[in-house]
Amino acid sequence: MPTPERIVSKHLGPERAAIDAYLSTGGYRAAARALKELTPDQIIEMVEQAGLRGRGGAGFPTARKWKLTPKREGETRYLVVNADEGEPGTFKDRTLIEGDPHAILEGSLITAYTNGVHHAYIYLRGEFFLGYERLSRALAEAYARGYFGTNILGTGFDLELTIHRGAGAYICGEETALLESLEGRRAFPRAKPPYYPAVRGLYDRPTVLNNAETMAHIPYIVGMGPEAYKAAGPPILYSVSGHVVRPGVKELPIGTSLREIIYEHAGGLRPGRTLKAVYPGGSSSAILLPEHLDTPADFDSLAKIGTMLGSSAIIVMDDTTNIPAVIARAVDFYRDESCGKCTPCREGTVWLSQIFARILGGHGRMEDLDLLDGISRNMTGTCFCLLGESVPPSLRASLKYFRDEYVRLIEAGSRRAEAEPAARSAHGAGARS
Amino acid sequence: MARVLSAETLDAIAGARARYPSAQSALLPALHAAQAQAGYLPEPVLADVADALGVPVTEVAAVATFYSMFHTAPVGRHVVRVCTNLSCHLNGADGVMDRLCRQLGIRPGQTTPDGRVSLEVAECLAACEEAPVLLADADRVARVTPDAADELVRRLRADA
Repeated sequence: MPTPERIVSKHLGPERAAIDAYLSTGGYRAAARALKELTPDQIIEMVEQAGLRGRGGAGFPTARKWKLTPKREGETRYLVVNADEGEPGTFKDRTLIEGDPHAILEGSLITAYTNGVHHAYIYLRGEFFLGYERLSRALAEAYARGYFGTNILGTGFDLELTIHRGAGAYICGEETALLESLEGRRAFPRAKPPYYPAVRGLYDRPTVLNNAETMAHIPYIVGMGPEAYKAAGPPILYSVSGHVVRPGVKELPIGTSLREIIYEHAGGLRPGRTLKAVYPGGSSSAILLPEHLDTPADFDSLAKIGTMLGSSAIIVMDDTTNIPAVIARAVDFYRDESCGKCTPCREGTVWLSQIFARILGGHGRMEDLDLLDGISRNMTGTCFCLLGESVPPSLRASLKYFRDEYVRLIEAGSRRAEAEPAARSAHGAGARS
Repeated sequence: MARVLSAETLDAIAGARARYPSAQSALLPALHAAQAQAGYLPEPVLADVADALGVPVTEVAAVATFYSMFHTAPVGRHVVRVCTNLSCHLNGADGVMDRLCRQLGIRPGQTTPDGRVSLEVAECLAACEEAPVLLADADRVARVTPDAADELVRRLRADA
Protein backbone atom coordinates (compact mmCIF):
# COMPACT_ATOMS: atom_id res chain seq x y z
CA MET A 1 0.00 0.00 0.00
CA PRO A 2 1.46 3.41 -0.93
CA THR A 3 2.25 5.75 1.89
CA PRO A 4 -0.06 8.76 1.65
CA GLU A 5 1.56 12.14 1.38
CA ARG A 6 2.56 13.50 4.72
CA ILE A 7 1.28 16.86 5.82
CA VAL A 8 2.03 17.58 9.45
CA SER A 9 5.37 15.76 9.45
CA LYS A 10 6.35 16.56 5.87
CA HIS A 11 9.13 18.98 6.75
CA LEU A 12 11.13 17.81 9.72
CA GLY A 13 14.71 18.74 10.35
CA PRO A 14 17.19 20.65 12.46
CA GLU A 15 17.07 23.61 10.03
CA ARG A 16 13.33 24.13 10.55
CA ALA A 17 13.82 26.27 13.66
CA ALA A 18 14.99 29.00 11.28
CA ILE A 19 11.97 31.04 10.24
CA ASP A 20 13.15 31.34 6.65
CA ALA A 21 13.11 27.56 6.27
CA TYR A 22 9.54 27.51 7.54
CA LEU A 23 8.44 30.47 5.40
CA SER A 24 9.93 28.85 2.31
CA THR A 25 7.38 26.04 2.53
CA GLY A 26 4.42 28.35 2.98
CA GLY A 27 4.77 28.84 6.73
CA TYR A 28 2.70 31.52 8.50
CA ARG A 29 0.53 31.95 5.38
CA ALA A 30 -2.39 30.29 7.14
CA ALA A 31 -1.92 32.56 10.15
CA ALA A 32 -1.79 35.64 7.94
CA ARG A 33 -4.97 34.57 6.18
CA ALA A 34 -6.67 33.79 9.50
CA LEU A 35 -5.83 37.13 11.09
CA LYS A 36 -6.57 39.21 8.00
CA GLU A 37 -9.48 37.46 6.33
CA LEU A 38 -11.22 35.06 8.69
CA THR A 39 -13.40 35.62 11.72
CA PRO A 40 -12.92 33.45 14.80
CA ASP A 41 -16.25 31.78 14.09
CA GLN A 42 -15.15 30.88 10.58
CA ILE A 43 -11.98 29.26 11.93
CA ILE A 44 -13.90 27.30 14.55
CA GLU A 45 -16.19 26.12 11.76
CA MET A 46 -13.21 24.95 9.69
CA VAL A 47 -11.68 23.04 12.61
CA GLU A 48 -15.04 21.47 13.33
CA GLN A 49 -15.51 20.42 9.70
CA ALA A 50 -12.01 18.96 9.70
CA GLY A 51 -13.07 16.74 12.59
CA LEU A 52 -9.90 17.47 14.55
CA ARG A 53 -9.80 15.70 17.91
CA GLY A 54 -7.26 16.63 20.56
CA ARG A 55 -4.00 14.73 20.25
CA GLY A 56 -3.13 14.72 23.95
CA GLY A 57 -4.81 11.42 24.63
CA ALA A 58 -8.46 12.06 25.42
CA GLY A 59 -9.42 12.89 21.84
CA PHE A 60 -11.83 15.68 22.76
CA PRO A 61 -13.06 17.54 19.64
CA THR A 62 -10.91 20.67 19.39
CA ALA A 63 -13.62 22.96 18.00
CA ARG A 64 -16.00 21.94 20.76
CA LYS A 65 -13.37 22.76 23.38
CA TRP A 66 -12.93 26.20 21.84
CA LYS A 67 -16.69 26.77 21.79
CA LEU A 68 -16.92 25.80 25.46
CA THR A 69 -14.47 28.55 26.37
CA PRO A 70 -16.55 31.59 27.32
CA LYS A 71 -15.72 34.66 25.26
CA ARG A 72 -16.98 37.40 27.58
CA GLU A 73 -15.94 40.89 26.55
CA GLY A 74 -13.14 42.33 28.64
CA GLU A 75 -12.31 39.06 30.40
CA THR A 76 -8.76 37.69 30.17
CA ARG A 77 -8.45 34.29 28.54
CA TYR A 78 -5.34 32.14 28.16
CA LEU A 79 -4.05 29.55 25.76
CA VAL A 80 -1.89 26.83 27.26
CA VAL A 81 -0.18 24.37 24.95
CA ASN A 82 0.68 21.06 26.56
CA ALA A 83 4.14 20.11 25.31
CA ASP A 84 4.90 18.05 28.43
CA GLU A 85 4.99 14.83 26.45
CA GLY A 86 5.85 11.92 28.71
CA GLU A 87 3.41 9.07 28.18
CA PRO A 88 5.78 6.11 27.76
CA GLY A 89 6.03 5.22 24.08
CA THR A 90 4.96 8.66 22.84
CA PHE A 91 7.39 10.91 20.97
CA LYS A 92 5.37 12.71 18.28
CA ASP A 93 5.27 16.04 20.12
CA ARG A 94 9.01 16.03 20.76
CA THR A 95 9.56 15.19 17.09
CA LEU A 96 7.54 18.27 16.06
CA ILE A 97 9.08 20.52 18.72
CA GLU A 98 12.58 19.63 17.53
CA GLY A 99 11.79 19.15 13.87
CA ASP A 100 9.20 21.80 12.98
CA PRO A 101 8.73 24.15 15.93
CA HIS A 102 7.17 26.98 13.90
CA ALA A 103 4.19 24.75 13.05
CA ILE A 104 3.34 24.62 16.77
CA LEU A 105 3.88 28.39 17.07
CA GLU A 106 1.74 29.17 14.02
CA GLY A 107 -1.02 26.88 15.29
CA SER A 108 -0.82 28.63 18.64
CA LEU A 109 -1.10 32.03 16.97
CA ILE A 110 -4.21 31.01 15.02
CA THR A 111 -5.74 29.39 18.11
CA ALA A 112 -5.06 32.47 20.23
CA TYR A 113 -6.64 34.73 17.61
CA THR A 114 -9.66 32.42 17.34
CA ASN A 115 -10.22 32.43 21.08
CA GLY A 116 -9.45 36.07 21.80
CA VAL A 117 -6.31 35.20 23.76
CA HIS A 118 -3.48 37.69 24.20
CA HIS A 119 -1.09 35.60 26.27
CA ALA A 120 -0.24 32.01 25.47
CA TYR A 121 2.05 29.62 27.32
CA ILE A 122 3.74 26.53 25.97
CA TYR A 123 4.42 24.15 28.86
CA LEU A 124 7.50 22.31 27.64
CA ARG A 125 8.96 19.23 29.29
CA GLY A 126 12.02 20.11 31.32
CA GLU A 127 14.06 17.25 29.88
CA PHE A 128 13.58 18.57 26.32
CA PHE A 129 16.87 20.46 26.25
CA LEU A 130 17.21 20.32 22.47
CA GLY A 131 13.52 21.08 22.02
CA TYR A 132 13.85 24.14 24.27
CA GLU A 133 16.79 25.39 22.25
CA ARG A 134 14.97 24.97 18.92
CA LEU A 135 11.60 26.25 20.10
CA SER A 136 13.21 29.28 21.78
CA ARG A 137 15.12 30.11 18.63
CA ALA A 138 11.99 29.70 16.51
CA LEU A 139 10.01 31.94 18.85
CA ALA A 140 12.70 34.64 18.91
CA GLU A 141 12.79 34.69 15.10
CA ALA A 142 8.99 34.74 14.87
CA TYR A 143 8.88 37.71 17.27
CA ALA A 144 11.54 39.47 15.20
CA ARG A 145 9.44 39.07 12.05
CA GLY A 146 6.29 40.36 13.72
CA TYR A 147 4.34 37.11 14.11
CA PHE A 148 4.17 37.65 17.87
CA GLY A 149 4.05 40.80 19.97
CA THR A 150 1.86 43.82 19.31
CA ASN A 151 -0.11 44.66 16.18
CA ILE A 152 0.73 41.37 14.50
CA LEU A 153 1.01 41.74 10.70
CA GLY A 154 -0.63 45.13 11.02
CA THR A 155 -3.94 43.60 12.06
CA GLY A 156 -4.08 45.14 15.52
CA PHE A 157 -4.02 41.71 17.15
CA ASP A 158 -1.59 41.35 20.07
CA LEU A 159 -0.16 38.08 21.37
CA GLU A 160 2.60 37.33 23.83
CA LEU A 161 3.85 33.75 23.93
CA THR A 162 5.98 32.36 26.74
CA ILE A 163 7.74 29.02 26.84
CA HIS A 164 7.46 27.59 30.35
CA ARG A 165 9.90 24.79 31.11
CA GLY A 166 8.76 21.98 33.36
CA ALA A 167 11.17 20.36 35.79
CA GLY A 168 10.59 16.63 35.75
CA ALA A 169 7.12 15.45 36.74
CA TYR A 170 5.03 13.18 34.52
CA ILE A 171 1.89 14.30 36.38
CA CYS A 172 2.19 17.69 34.64
CA GLY A 173 0.85 16.07 31.47
CA GLU A 174 -2.48 15.97 33.32
CA GLU A 175 -3.99 19.28 32.35
CA THR A 176 -4.99 20.60 35.76
CA ALA A 177 -1.69 19.52 37.33
CA LEU A 178 0.00 21.35 34.48
CA LEU A 179 -1.90 24.51 35.38
CA GLU A 180 -0.85 24.19 39.03
CA SER A 181 2.74 23.83 37.86
CA LEU A 182 2.40 26.85 35.58
CA GLU A 183 1.16 28.80 38.58
CA GLY A 184 4.35 27.83 40.41
CA ARG A 185 3.08 25.15 42.74
CA ARG A 186 3.51 21.44 43.28
CA ALA A 187 1.74 19.69 40.43
CA PHE A 188 -1.27 18.27 42.23
CA PRO A 189 -4.27 17.81 39.93
CA ARG A 190 -7.35 19.94 40.57
CA ALA A 191 -10.82 18.58 41.11
CA LYS A 192 -12.95 18.43 37.98
CA PRO A 193 -15.88 18.61 37.56
CA PRO A 194 -17.38 21.11 38.28
CA TYR A 195 -14.90 23.42 36.59
CA TYR A 196 -12.89 22.42 33.55
CA PRO A 197 -9.97 24.54 32.35
CA ALA A 198 -12.13 25.92 29.52
CA VAL A 199 -14.19 27.70 32.16
CA ARG A 200 -11.74 28.05 35.04
CA GLY A 201 -8.18 27.32 34.09
CA LEU A 202 -5.00 29.31 34.48
CA TYR A 203 -5.43 31.87 37.29
CA ASP A 204 -9.08 30.75 37.36
CA ARG A 205 -9.63 32.33 33.95
CA PRO A 206 -11.12 30.62 30.89
CA THR A 207 -8.27 28.69 29.33
CA VAL A 208 -7.91 26.87 26.05
CA LEU A 209 -5.66 23.90 26.78
CA ASN A 210 -4.47 22.00 23.71
CA ASN A 211 -1.76 19.48 22.95
CA ALA A 212 1.31 20.46 20.92
CA GLU A 213 0.50 18.16 17.99
CA THR A 214 -3.05 19.52 17.93
CA MET A 215 -1.54 22.99 17.41
CA ALA A 216 0.57 21.74 14.50
CA HIS A 217 -2.55 20.54 12.67
CA ILE A 218 -4.27 23.95 12.77
CA PRO A 219 -2.20 25.77 10.11
CA TYR A 220 -2.87 22.93 7.65
CA ILE A 221 -6.60 22.89 8.32
CA VAL A 222 -6.79 26.64 7.76
CA GLY A 223 -4.29 26.59 4.88
CA MET A 224 -5.66 23.64 2.90
CA GLY A 225 -9.26 23.99 3.94
CA PRO A 226 -11.04 21.32 5.96
CA GLU A 227 -12.11 19.25 2.95
CA ALA A 228 -8.62 18.80 1.54
CA TYR A 229 -7.30 18.15 5.06
CA LYS A 230 -9.90 15.45 5.62
CA ALA A 231 -9.29 13.94 2.20
CA ALA A 232 -5.63 13.60 3.17
CA GLY A 233 -6.47 11.28 6.03
CA PRO A 234 -7.30 13.05 8.18
CA PRO A 235 -3.73 12.56 9.30
CA ILE A 236 -2.44 11.75 12.74
CA LEU A 237 0.99 10.95 14.05
CA TYR A 238 1.52 7.45 15.39
CA SER A 239 4.62 6.90 17.52
CA VAL A 240 5.80 3.36 16.81
CA SER A 241 8.52 1.77 18.95
CA GLY A 242 9.60 -1.40 20.66
CA HIS A 243 10.53 -4.50 18.68
CA VAL A 244 10.11 -3.15 15.15
CA VAL A 245 12.69 -2.73 12.42
CA ARG A 246 11.88 0.92 11.62
CA PRO A 247 10.57 2.68 14.72
CA GLY A 248 9.56 6.31 14.35
CA VAL A 249 6.73 8.78 13.93
CA LYS A 250 4.38 7.56 11.20
CA GLU A 251 1.94 10.06 9.80
CA LEU A 252 -1.01 8.10 8.46
CA PRO A 253 -4.75 8.46 8.00
CA ILE A 254 -6.44 7.95 11.34
CA GLY A 255 -7.89 4.46 11.46
CA THR A 256 -5.05 2.72 9.65
CA SER A 257 -4.97 -0.85 10.97
CA LEU A 258 -2.41 -1.81 13.57
CA ARG A 259 -1.20 -4.52 11.18
CA GLU A 260 -0.48 -2.04 8.39
CA ILE A 261 1.21 0.40 10.77
CA ILE A 262 3.45 -2.24 12.27
CA TYR A 263 4.25 -4.39 9.25
CA GLU A 264 4.21 -1.90 6.36
CA HIS A 265 5.20 1.41 7.87
CA ALA A 266 7.41 0.31 10.76
CA GLY A 267 9.14 -2.47 8.86
CA GLY A 268 7.63 -5.34 10.85
CA LEU A 269 9.46 -7.39 13.43
CA ARG A 270 13.09 -8.40 13.47
CA PRO A 271 13.88 -11.50 11.40
CA GLY A 272 12.62 -14.74 12.89
CA ARG A 273 10.50 -13.09 15.58
CA THR A 274 6.76 -13.26 16.05
CA LEU A 275 4.44 -10.74 17.61
CA LYS A 276 3.41 -11.28 21.21
CA ALA A 277 1.54 -8.15 22.32
CA VAL A 278 1.02 -4.48 21.50
CA TYR A 279 0.23 -1.33 23.43
CA PRO A 280 -1.97 0.64 20.98
CA GLY A 281 -2.04 3.96 22.86
CA GLY A 282 0.85 4.31 25.25
CA SER A 283 1.44 2.60 28.55
CA SER A 284 -1.99 3.67 29.82
CA SER A 285 -3.79 1.57 27.20
CA ALA A 286 -4.69 -2.09 27.65
CA ILE A 287 -2.34 -4.35 25.68
CA LEU A 288 -3.63 -6.28 22.69
CA LEU A 289 -2.82 -9.60 21.03
CA PRO A 290 -1.93 -10.54 17.43
CA GLU A 291 -5.59 -11.42 16.86
CA HIS A 292 -6.47 -7.73 17.31
CA LEU A 293 -4.11 -6.44 14.61
CA ASP A 294 -6.78 -5.76 12.02
CA THR A 295 -8.46 -3.25 14.30
CA PRO A 296 -8.36 0.29 12.87
CA ALA A 297 -6.21 2.43 15.14
CA ASP A 298 -8.82 5.09 15.85
CA PHE A 299 -10.68 6.28 18.92
CA ASP A 300 -13.90 4.32 18.53
CA SER A 301 -12.57 1.01 17.16
CA LEU A 302 -10.01 0.64 19.92
CA ALA A 303 -12.51 1.67 22.59
CA LYS A 304 -14.82 -1.06 21.32
CA ILE A 305 -12.24 -3.76 22.11
CA GLY A 306 -11.59 -2.42 25.60
CA THR A 307 -8.52 -0.33 25.01
CA MET A 308 -7.83 3.15 23.61
CA LEU A 309 -6.02 5.20 21.01
CA GLY A 310 -4.77 7.55 23.72
CA SER A 311 -1.65 9.31 22.51
CA SER A 312 -1.43 6.86 19.55
CA ALA A 313 1.81 5.39 20.83
CA ILE A 314 2.19 1.84 19.55
CA ILE A 315 4.69 -0.24 21.52
CA VAL A 316 5.39 -3.56 19.86
CA MET A 317 6.55 -6.60 21.83
CA ASP A 318 7.86 -9.75 20.18
CA ASP A 319 8.06 -13.32 21.47
CA THR A 320 11.25 -12.61 23.46
CA THR A 321 9.29 -10.32 25.81
CA ASN A 322 8.78 -11.14 29.47
CA ILE A 323 5.31 -9.67 29.88
CA PRO A 324 5.20 -9.55 33.71
CA ALA A 325 8.56 -7.72 33.65
CA VAL A 326 7.17 -5.14 31.21
CA ILE A 327 4.04 -4.57 33.26
CA ALA A 328 6.16 -4.32 36.41
CA ARG A 329 8.24 -1.61 34.73
CA ALA A 330 5.11 0.37 33.92
CA VAL A 331 3.81 -0.07 37.49
CA ASP A 332 7.11 1.17 38.95
CA PHE A 333 6.97 4.18 36.63
CA TYR A 334 3.50 5.15 37.81
CA ARG A 335 4.54 4.52 41.44
CA ASP A 336 7.45 6.92 41.04
CA GLU A 337 5.37 9.54 39.24
CA SER A 338 2.29 9.38 41.48
CA CYS A 339 1.92 12.82 43.04
CA GLY A 340 0.66 11.21 46.27
CA LYS A 341 -2.50 13.28 46.51
CA CYS A 342 -4.99 10.39 46.48
CA THR A 343 -4.81 7.07 48.30
CA PRO A 344 -5.71 4.54 45.57
CA CYS A 345 -2.89 5.75 43.33
CA ARG A 346 -0.30 6.47 46.03
CA GLU A 347 -0.80 3.19 47.93
CA GLY A 348 -2.07 1.03 45.08
CA THR A 349 0.99 1.54 42.93
CA VAL A 350 3.29 0.75 45.87
CA TRP A 351 1.43 -2.45 46.72
CA LEU A 352 1.39 -3.57 43.09
CA SER A 353 5.07 -2.84 42.79
CA GLN A 354 5.87 -4.90 45.89
CA ILE A 355 3.87 -7.85 44.57
CA PHE A 356 5.62 -7.67 41.20
CA ALA A 357 9.01 -7.56 42.90
CA ARG A 358 8.03 -10.71 44.79
CA ILE A 359 6.86 -12.55 41.68
CA LEU A 360 9.81 -11.52 39.53
CA GLY A 361 12.21 -12.26 42.39
CA GLY A 362 11.01 -15.87 42.55
CA HIS A 363 9.03 -15.49 45.78
CA GLY A 364 5.55 -15.12 44.33
CA ARG A 365 2.48 -16.94 45.59
CA MET A 366 -0.49 -18.04 43.50
CA GLU A 367 -2.79 -15.81 45.53
CA ASP A 368 -0.72 -12.83 44.37
CA LEU A 369 -2.50 -13.00 41.03
CA ASP A 370 -5.87 -12.38 42.66
CA LEU A 371 -4.26 -9.67 44.76
CA LEU A 372 -2.93 -7.90 41.64
CA ASP A 373 -6.32 -8.07 40.02
CA GLY A 374 -8.15 -6.99 43.18
CA ILE A 375 -5.94 -3.96 43.77
CA SER A 376 -6.29 -3.01 40.09
CA ARG A 377 -10.06 -3.23 40.28
CA ASN A 378 -10.10 -1.12 43.41
CA MET A 379 -8.00 1.55 41.70
CA THR A 380 -10.31 1.69 38.69
CA GLY A 381 -12.62 4.69 38.89
CA THR A 382 -11.37 5.66 42.35
CA CYS A 383 -8.23 7.65 41.55
CA PHE A 384 -8.30 11.42 41.63
CA CYS A 385 -6.90 11.76 38.12
CA LEU A 386 -5.98 9.67 35.10
CA LEU A 387 -2.47 8.85 36.31
CA GLY A 388 -3.69 6.21 38.72
CA GLU A 389 -6.40 5.14 36.31
CA SER A 390 -3.66 4.39 33.78
CA VAL A 391 -2.26 1.49 35.78
CA PRO A 392 -5.03 -1.15 35.75
CA PRO A 393 -5.84 -1.52 32.01
CA SER A 394 -2.59 -3.10 30.83
CA LEU A 395 -2.07 -4.98 34.09
CA ARG A 396 -5.50 -6.58 33.95
CA ALA A 397 -5.14 -7.33 30.23
CA SER A 398 -1.82 -9.05 30.95
CA LEU A 399 -3.45 -11.20 33.64
CA LYS A 400 -6.16 -12.13 31.19
CA TYR A 401 -3.93 -12.88 28.19
CA PHE A 402 -0.68 -13.99 29.79
CA ARG A 403 -1.71 -15.58 33.09
CA ASP A 404 0.37 -18.64 32.23
CA GLU A 405 3.53 -16.51 32.24
CA TYR A 406 2.82 -15.28 35.76
CA VAL A 407 2.02 -18.83 36.86
CA ARG A 408 5.27 -20.15 35.40
CA LEU A 409 7.27 -17.48 37.25
CA ILE A 410 5.56 -18.31 40.54
CA GLU A 411 5.96 -22.08 40.05
CA ALA A 412 9.60 -21.73 39.12
CA GLY A 413 10.14 -19.69 42.28
CA SER A 414 8.39 -22.32 44.41
CA ARG A 415 10.49 -25.12 42.94
CA ARG A 416 13.64 -23.18 43.72
CA ALA A 417 12.44 -22.52 47.23
CA GLU A 418 11.77 -26.21 47.84
CA ALA A 419 15.32 -26.93 46.81
CA GLU A 420 16.58 -24.25 49.24
CA PRO A 421 14.02 -23.94 52.06
CA ALA A 422 16.20 -21.73 54.27
CA ALA A 423 16.53 -19.06 51.62
CA ARG A 424 12.79 -18.88 51.17
CA SER A 425 11.89 -18.40 54.81
CA ALA A 426 14.55 -15.75 55.22
CA HIS A 427 13.31 -13.77 52.25
CA GLY A 428 9.62 -14.45 52.87
CA ALA A 429 9.73 -12.75 56.26
CA GLY A 430 11.22 -9.60 54.75
CA ALA A 431 9.01 -9.48 51.70
CA ARG A 432 5.82 -9.61 53.72
CA SER A 433 6.65 -7.01 56.29
CA MET B 1 20.56 41.33 49.69
CA ALA B 2 21.06 38.16 47.81
CA ARG B 3 23.16 35.60 49.63
CA VAL B 4 24.30 33.42 46.76
CA LEU B 5 22.68 34.40 43.49
CA SER B 6 24.57 36.66 41.11
CA ALA B 7 23.22 39.85 39.59
CA GLU B 8 22.98 38.01 36.28
CA THR B 9 20.82 35.25 37.76
CA LEU B 10 18.64 37.79 39.55
CA ASP B 11 18.19 39.59 36.23
CA ALA B 12 17.11 36.35 34.61
CA ILE B 13 14.60 35.80 37.42
CA ALA B 14 13.27 39.34 37.01
CA GLY B 15 12.94 38.72 33.28
CA ALA B 16 10.94 35.56 33.91
CA ARG B 17 8.79 37.36 36.48
CA ALA B 18 7.70 39.86 33.81
CA ARG B 19 6.21 37.09 31.66
CA TYR B 20 3.49 36.14 34.17
CA PRO B 21 0.67 37.95 35.91
CA SER B 22 1.61 36.25 39.19
CA ALA B 23 5.07 36.18 40.79
CA GLN B 24 4.77 32.58 41.89
CA SER B 25 4.37 31.46 38.27
CA ALA B 26 7.99 32.45 37.74
CA LEU B 27 9.11 29.94 40.38
CA LEU B 28 10.05 27.12 38.01
CA PRO B 29 12.02 29.37 35.65
CA ALA B 30 13.64 31.02 38.69
CA LEU B 31 14.68 27.68 40.17
CA HIS B 32 16.07 26.59 36.79
CA ALA B 33 18.13 29.79 36.65
CA ALA B 34 19.28 29.45 40.25
CA GLN B 35 20.31 25.84 39.79
CA ALA B 36 22.14 26.70 36.57
CA GLN B 37 24.29 29.10 38.58
CA ALA B 38 24.65 27.32 41.91
CA GLY B 39 24.69 23.70 40.73
CA TYR B 40 22.00 22.73 43.22
CA LEU B 41 19.43 24.36 45.48
CA PRO B 42 20.55 24.58 49.13
CA GLU B 43 18.59 26.70 51.61
CA PRO B 44 20.40 30.01 51.01
CA VAL B 45 19.62 29.71 47.29
CA LEU B 46 15.98 28.94 48.00
CA ALA B 47 15.91 31.99 50.27
CA ASP B 48 17.32 34.16 47.49
CA VAL B 49 14.68 32.90 45.07
CA ALA B 50 11.98 33.54 47.67
CA ASP B 51 13.21 37.10 48.16
CA ALA B 52 13.51 37.75 44.44
CA LEU B 53 9.91 36.73 43.81
CA GLY B 54 8.32 37.73 47.10
CA VAL B 55 7.11 34.17 47.64
CA PRO B 56 7.37 32.42 51.06
CA VAL B 57 10.50 30.29 51.30
CA THR B 58 8.42 27.32 52.46
CA GLU B 59 6.54 27.50 49.17
CA VAL B 60 9.81 27.68 47.24
CA ALA B 61 11.11 24.63 49.12
CA ALA B 62 7.86 22.74 48.56
CA VAL B 63 8.17 23.26 44.84
CA ALA B 64 11.91 22.59 44.67
CA THR B 65 11.45 19.22 46.37
CA PHE B 66 8.54 18.12 44.15
CA TYR B 67 10.23 18.16 40.75
CA SER B 68 12.87 15.57 39.95
CA MET B 69 15.10 17.92 37.95
CA PHE B 70 15.63 20.17 40.95
CA HIS B 71 18.31 19.00 43.35
CA THR B 72 18.35 20.17 46.94
CA ALA B 73 21.54 18.20 47.64
CA PRO B 74 24.80 18.47 45.69
CA VAL B 75 24.92 16.57 42.40
CA GLY B 76 27.78 15.60 40.16
CA ARG B 77 29.27 17.97 37.64
CA HIS B 78 27.61 15.74 35.04
CA VAL B 79 24.17 14.20 35.35
CA VAL B 80 23.41 11.06 33.36
CA ARG B 81 19.70 10.29 33.12
CA VAL B 82 18.95 6.84 31.75
CA CYS B 83 15.52 5.97 30.43
CA THR B 84 14.54 2.46 31.48
CA ASN B 85 10.89 2.79 30.52
CA LEU B 86 8.95 0.45 28.24
CA SER B 87 10.52 0.91 24.80
CA CYS B 88 14.00 1.31 26.27
CA HIS B 89 13.43 -1.69 28.55
CA LEU B 90 12.46 -3.74 25.48
CA ASN B 91 15.63 -2.63 23.72
CA GLY B 92 18.22 -3.36 26.39
CA ALA B 93 18.22 -0.36 28.75
CA ASP B 94 18.79 -2.58 31.77
CA GLY B 95 22.12 -3.74 30.33
CA VAL B 96 23.13 -0.12 29.79
CA MET B 97 22.16 0.85 33.32
CA ASP B 98 24.01 -2.14 34.79
CA ARG B 99 27.13 -1.20 32.87
CA LEU B 100 26.96 2.43 33.99
CA CYS B 101 26.52 1.36 37.61
CA ARG B 102 29.49 -0.97 37.38
CA GLN B 103 31.73 1.55 35.62
CA LEU B 104 30.85 4.38 37.99
CA GLY B 105 30.66 2.23 41.10
CA ILE B 106 27.34 3.76 42.15
CA ARG B 107 23.62 2.99 42.07
CA PRO B 108 20.96 5.11 40.36
CA GLY B 109 20.31 8.16 42.54
CA GLN B 110 23.93 8.38 43.67
CA THR B 111 26.95 10.51 42.78
CA THR B 112 30.52 9.29 42.34
CA PRO B 113 32.69 10.08 45.40
CA ASP B 114 34.79 12.49 43.29
CA GLY B 115 31.64 14.49 42.62
CA ARG B 116 31.99 14.09 38.90
CA VAL B 117 28.95 12.07 37.77
CA SER B 118 25.43 11.57 39.11
CA LEU B 119 23.36 8.71 37.75
CA GLU B 120 19.57 8.89 37.60
CA VAL B 121 16.68 6.90 36.20
CA ALA B 122 14.78 9.17 33.81
CA GLU B 123 11.11 8.97 33.09
CA CYS B 124 10.33 8.20 29.43
CA LEU B 125 12.40 10.72 27.46
CA ALA B 126 9.96 10.69 24.53
CA ALA B 127 12.62 9.43 22.14
CA CYS B 128 11.46 5.81 21.94
CA GLU B 129 12.44 5.53 18.27
CA GLU B 130 16.05 5.81 19.46
CA ALA B 131 15.70 3.33 22.32
CA PRO B 132 17.55 2.82 24.50
CA VAL B 133 18.28 6.48 25.16
CA LEU B 134 19.92 8.51 27.86
CA LEU B 135 20.59 12.15 28.55
CA ALA B 136 24.20 13.05 29.30
CA ASP B 137 23.59 16.51 30.77
CA ALA B 138 21.63 18.21 27.94
CA ASP B 139 22.73 15.81 25.19
CA ARG B 140 20.51 12.93 24.17
CA VAL B 141 22.42 9.80 23.24
CA ALA B 142 20.53 7.45 20.92
CA ARG B 143 20.62 3.65 20.73
CA VAL B 144 23.04 3.29 23.62
CA THR B 145 24.88 0.01 23.98
CA PRO B 146 26.84 -1.14 27.04
CA ASP B 147 30.02 -0.38 25.08
CA ALA B 148 28.79 3.11 24.29
CA ALA B 149 28.10 3.51 28.01
CA ASP B 150 31.75 2.65 28.71
CA GLU B 151 32.82 5.28 26.23
CA LEU B 152 30.52 7.87 27.80
CA VAL B 153 31.96 7.21 31.25
CA ARG B 154 35.47 7.60 29.88
CA ARG B 155 34.52 10.91 28.28
CA LEU B 156 32.85 12.30 31.41
CA ARG B 157 35.79 11.23 33.57
CA ALA B 158 38.32 12.82 31.19
CA ASP B 159 36.47 16.13 31.11
CA ALA B 160 38.31 18.48 33.44
